[in-house]
Amino acid sequence: MSEQHIKLPEGSIEKTTTTLNLGPTHPATHGVMQNILELDGERIVSTEQTIGYIHRAFEKIAEHRPLYQITPLTDRLNYCSSPINNMGWHLTCEKLLGVKTPKRVDYLRVIIMELARISDHLICNSIVGVDSGAYTGFLYVMQYRELIYEIYEEVCGSRLTTNIGRIGGFERNFNDIAFQKLQKFLDEYPRVLKEFENLFTRNRIFMERTMGVGAISADRALNYGFTGPNLRAAGVDYDVRVTSPYSSYEDFQFDIPVGTTGDCYDRFLVRNQEMWQSLSILEQAFKKVQEFKGAEADVYHADVPEYYLPEKKDVYTKMEALIWHFKIIMGEIEMPAGEVYSSVEGGNGELGFYFISDGGRTPYRLHFRRPCFIYYQAYEELTKGSMLSDAIIVMSSLNLIAGEMDA
Amino acid sequence: MALTNEQIKQRLTEKFIDQVTGFEEPYGMLTFEAPKELNLKVLNFLFDDEELKFRFLTDLCGVHYPDAKEKELAVVYHLHNLADNVRIRFKVFTSINKPDVYTATGLFSSANWMERETYDFYGINFVGHPNLKRILNVDEMDYFPMRKQYPLEDQTRVDKDDEMFGRGGTLGYGTEKTDHGTLTESEKHSVGENII
Repeated sequence: MSEQHIKLPEGSIEKTTTTLNLGPTHPATHGVMQNILELDGERIVSTEQTIGYIHRAFEKIAEHRPLYQITPLTDRLNYCSSPINNMGWHLTCEKLLGVKTPKRVDYLRVIIMELARISDHLICNSIVGVDSGAYTGFLYVMQYRELIYEIYEEVCGSRLTTNIGRIGGFERNFNDIAFQKLQKFLDEYPRVLKEFENLFTRNRIFMERTMGVGAISADRALNYGFTGPNLRAAGVDYDVRVTSPYSSYEDFQFDIPVGTTGDCYDRFLVRNQEMWQSLSILEQAFKKVQEFKGAEADVYHADVPEYYLPEKKDVYTKMEALIWHFKIIMGEIEMPAGEVYSSVEGGNGELGFYFISDGGRTPYRLHFRRPCFIYYQAYEELTKGSMLSDAIIVMSSLNLIAGEMDA
Repeated sequence: MALTNEQIKQRLTEKFIDQVTGFEEPYGMLTFEAPKELNLKVLNFLFDDEELKFRFLTDLCGVHYPDAKEKELAVVYHLHNLADNVRIRFKVFTSINKPDVYTATGLFSSANWMERETYDFYGINFVGHPNLKRILNVDEMDYFPMRKQYPLEDQTRVDKDDEMFGRGGTLGYGTEKTDHGTLTESEKHSVGENII
């Protein structure tokens, strides 16, 4: 056999470490991203992350679209909790345009956002379980994510990429089925979550796989721009819902759970606790929504004819409505000039929108602050010196969503 | 005592006198700019000062203003003081011909990828960055796509070969040879009408 058949890269014989390509389409990465690991035996010496495999140039596209056409783009950031992205975008527009939403709209939004947070944390935590060898929890809680999706479906008609809500409110009022399903969720889910916790929290195998793995100190976490559950697991009680309340979060009573070590186990516990808090917020919000009676119970959007599509029957019968309908659909509404930064507490951290308007019909510049794009940088620091199997768990417990990372 | 925008402004003007300019408060967020040579000095001051404590870099991004002479590109930092819960926005401008700005990676580890992203989209050269290469786009790309001179692809263009999606094309689906020769565009439509 001639030596031309196998061409080894230069220096590869002398090399004492192994290079392993994890991704971009490896099942354990849970998304399209690549990690080039340098391994000494099974220990990680260094990692290099490559992202951008599903970059779709959302920021560029957004510069050419009227506001209502940007909502579907935000769906595709963190697609495990699209409604939060949608609401974050509507809130940004409302801040720029000076739209004030009625209280009932705020509470309905809180319901949708907290449902989305539960479904996001549910996926993340159950995937941590899958990666540590416990498939059962994942399959068990999927039923309840399904129920959450059914509630979305009643409100907006779609399930994953929801495009839910409009500037000023919702596209339609919540129907009775939505409320019944929400009640069903509130009745049944606590028992399921308890059982889910029982499966993992004191499970010897799970604890040994996650404790002390991927730990980060509060200082380093802040320096790396961590937000959301990952930062709180390191012991910093920063939550956008509390520090800069939006959508009337100040009307609700809830705690911010924090961890101490910032390892995978703490991240898991913080997410679980947050689900309990979300349940409590949901109950409060549901009660508040039910207090609206009569005509107040029909309020589901603010009165902003410039941005909120009129009802179809009005479009056919009223001149005014027809004009607004046409102008909105054709994107002929001019916005006030200005720049605004607005953020919401997304499923995995502070999701920010930096919006510059020059007074035209589309944003002059729109930048998404995508939490997992920012904290994925810390991956090398989190995994250096640990085992290959730990690298997988760290990845899933950070809740990395490729769609959000690549925008 | 909570930190107010007025106090921040005062501290900054005490330290940098007339170098820090353009104070504004759009939607309540204090916004100001500084010459690009000073960006690290300002960021360091904001970070270290015992009163200001802006130690969290929320966001870093670029903006392109093609009409502003010698100030075509902007780098925008969003900083957050978590103790007092105050946010500020800090901008530096640079010319597009020599877009060099000092890197903030020494101060914030989070700036690493955000600066790479800004370089990727706007071509801002962060001096001293440990690994300044493209992050979201392919390495072979030879332009900076978020600059305003690059338009979004025209949705109505016809030179693309995507007849599978019902838009013209080179293979000529729907223009197959018949006994009478190839159908022209107008004939195709009229044939349909005749059948109906």
